[in-house]
Amino acid sequence: MDAEAAKMIGAGLAAIGMGLAALGVGNVFAKFLEGALRNPGAADSQQGRLFIGFAAAELLGLLAFVTMIILVFVA
Amino acid sequence: MAAETGGKIDPMHQFLIEPLFGRHWIVNGYDLSFTNSALWMVITVLSLAVFMAGGMKRELVPGRWQAATEGFTGFVQNMLTSNIGPEGKRFVPYVFSLFMFILFANVLGLLPFGVVPGWHPFTVTSHITVTGVLAIISFAIVLVVGFGRHGFHFFSLFVPHGTPVLMIPLIFVVELMSFLVRPFSLGLRLFVAMTAGHILLKVLAGFVINGLNLGVGYAAIVTLPSFALMIGITLLELLVAAIQAYVFALLTSVYLNDAVNLH
Repeated sequence: MDAEAAKMIGAGLAAIGMGLAALGVGNVFAKFLEGALRNPGAADSQQGRLFIGFAAAELLGLLAFVTMIILVFVA
Repeated sequence: MAAETGGKIDPMHQFLIEPLFGRHWIVNGYDLSFTNSALWMVITVLSLAVFMAGGMKRELVPGRWQAATEGFTGFVQNMLTSNIGPEGKRFVPYVFSLFMFILFANVLGLLPFGVVPGWHPFTVTSHITVTGVLAIISFAIVLVVGFGRHGFHFFSLFVPHGTPVLMIPLIFVVELMSFLVRPFSLGLRLFVAMTAGHILLKVLAGFVINGLNLGVGYAAIVTLPSFALMIGITLLELLVAAIQAYVFALLTSVYLNDAVNLH
């Protein structure tokens, strides 16, 4: 296989990681809502933790994007 | 809007840093030109200064403007006191400047200046050099505060309470790594989130233009749905601009909490 073609296939495969990160981010908010509806009084005080979890899950998806950009433009 | 080169629209052109009016200013082999990036940083700071000056008149009954400014300061102060405790008030000036600068830079980069021919907005935070420096400043403040308050006792941050003695060498290394990777993840998150959103918007804009150029049939199938999607994505990007500024400030305050209170 051509090296250029392999790079593009790798970049395409990296996009799968972003879909998986979408699952993670959805899970963070779903669980938060689930808990918040059971105990709405405690929900507001946990918003900071919600966004920390969101940031951690999102970062891993963004790393897939960085891999993709590096494969297409740098490597 | 991205530059058009032979019918192909380049979504990366918007991130190009170039000297204003093509004028270079080279000192001892270093290029110190006033670039579009620097211009947009100045615009960000100026609009922030106008926003703050309008809200700091200290009226007894706050008007709309003062209420907006107080909303932001109160928000940041609340975030710091709930994360760090009463000592968090000392960090309000820094975290507030950080939050507002990132928020204004993100939102200004989304404004439709592209309708003026030859102009396009430049998102300062879409370069890792900028976000990386912001992250390193945050990290440096955490180190200074941590070592200043606790001296070498600060290293106990890397050994959580109740760790079995056998596990201490392993846990220490793992915690040290997770501590050292913080500035990278902080800077990388903001930079990639802004870059990805802007590339997506420009790719869709390319679909709109190319569909229009191909005639009425393609315009109906390609341009209209792409344009509708662009409107939705622009709203999403406004949300992301605010969330990323919030996450940056929130993580900075969480890291400061580690430095102030250990754990």
